[in-house]
Amino acid sequence: MPEGLALALALVVLAATLAAAVLRSPYLSEAVAAAGGAVALVAVGAIGATRAGDALRTLAPTVGFLAALLLVAEGARSEGLFEALGAVMARGARGSPRRLLAYVVVIAAAVTALLSLDATVVLLTPIVFVTATRMRTSARPQVYACAHLANSASLLLPVSNLTNLLAFHASRLSFARFAALMVLPTLGVVAVEWLVMRRFFAVDLERPLRQTDAPPRPALPRFALAVLALTLAGFALSSVLGIAPVWVAAAGAVTISVPALRSRAASPVALMRAVEPGFLVFVLGLGVVVAAASANGLGSAVRDALPVGASLPDLLAIAALSAVLANLVNNLPATLILIPVAVAGGPGAILAVLIGVNVGPNLTYVGSLATLLWRRVLRAEDADAELRTFVALGALTVPAALVTATVLLWLCLQV
Amino acid sequence: MRALVWIAEDSWQATVAEAAAHLPADADVTLLHVADAQAEGVVAAARHALLGRPHGEPRAGAEPLPAISAQAAQELLAEALAGLGRPATLEARRGRVEREVVAAAAGMDLLVLARDGDRERLGPRSLGPLARFVVDHAPCRVLLIWPNGAPGVATLPPPPRAPGAANG
Repeated sequence: MPEGLALALALVVLAATLAAAVLRSPYLSEAVAAAGGAVALVAVGAIGATRAGDALRTLAPTVGFLAALLLVAEGARSEGLFEALGAVMARGARGSPRRLLAYVVVIAAAVTALLSLDATVVLLTPIVFVTATRMRTSARPQVYACAHLANSASLLLPVSNLTNLLAFHASRLSFARFAALMVLPTLGVVAVEWLVMRRFFAVDLERPLRQTDAPPRPALPRFALAVLALTLAGFALSSVLGIAPVWVAAAGAVTISVPALRSRAASPVALMRAVEPGFLVFVLGLGVVVAAASANGLGSAVRDALPVGASLPDLLAIAALSAVLANLVNNLPATLILIPVAVAGGPGAILAVLIGVNVGPNLTYVGSLATLLWRRVLRAEDADAELRTFVALGALTVPAALVTATVLLWLCLQV
Repeated sequence: MRALVWIAEDSWQATVAEAAAHLPADADVTLLHVADAQAEGVVAAARHALLGRPHGEPRAGAEPLPAISAQAAQELLAEALAGLGRPATLEARRGRVEREVVAAAAGMDLLVLARDGDRERLGPRSLGPLARFVVDHAPCRVLLIWPNGAPGVATLPPPPRAPGAANG
């Protein structure tokens, strides 16, 4: 098949897969779209079976790692970690919306870093909403902080975001080295978000609350926290011990799931569902589809556009380009497209890509589809008003956060 | 006389006290609370933007957010009714707060609301965006109260210099 035609086919399948994922049609799940598209591309010869197999083999360990992390987050939820965090915020806020925001920022950043952005969006954000509502303060600044930090605080660890996991395998960095290079960029981004949010939502945050008695000290789920701490220590020591981090994650997943299985609070079927098999299939299918596009000309086009040096201007250009691409096609495909090219530039280029694809989505979520997305969850006129707020907040935070994080990454790379 | 009293989380005690003291005994009082649906939309949209993740029901045991905010609104209205100390109709709405308040005021003779802005610096900003919108668009008389008691005349700033007056 001529390269141009193969590229066109691969891009059409990629667009269709993304559309299925955003539209969430009950008739066509995104997993079926991605897997079916991948099979079709192999069948028509747009990508060779060997090449598709290579793409799957490269992705398989990452997908296994992701499954283990999803189980760890589900275990933490069933042990009551997120309710406890809600109680910690309510108690710490002592009746002040500003203090509540500070707690939300710190806790959302920590949950994102340790348990991934999915945990912050799916498990923590509803708890934050409930906490703010019960405290009788506006939930809007608080849930915006969660939504933003789920993306922008997901720089710290390889486990914080699927994009990081994808890059981590390619980067050949140790877990500890990855974290050491990303700790200052993450702190910089969180500081930018916090400062902007405080000003942006000043009117909401200035409305005082009735002073009530401090809520009682919450009982923290000690078992879940111990497993999380040991898992984190295992990650940090994995390269010293010579164990691949994926086995540390698997051990954590098994340990945290045991009590729920024993007490029959969770069934094996529920755990299977927590692993999100449809999502794992989606990632594998998407990997093959992007590999088909990359092999047929998209890769060389990206190679021409993406600088792969480690100078500060190069890193800034990489982060900016990655942010733009993440807004055009969402950050998962963007990472799959960019990482194979950025590998040539070493750890600096790879981590700069991650800064772009993780912080960038706060600009519009999924680019031109953002309006549509908001309209699915709000009435049309409310959706447009909220989208304006989201875009305004993104415009105030994203460029500043990108530059801050990239400059700090560059500094860390000099050491 | 039909009076609508807007119950807001941070100022309802003062609003209710004012209404109890100043509304005529025969007034037909409605206590209104509007839950902000926007924040729920942000939670849902953030979830929706996670590409490729499962999207069925929220996990078992988790109450839907609108139910939680509806329950919080009912509790607040019940406390306000107890504070008012006389019979009143309770009305809970949800949506864009400022627009719902104006819509609820249709057919009323009086709307009672509290300032929701910066109460430290007296001036235009003592009205926040919500109260500003409601005052500007209210289809009836408005009783605008100070949540922390009215400021004394001594807080009046010095008059601005007349335009064209000689400097110094």
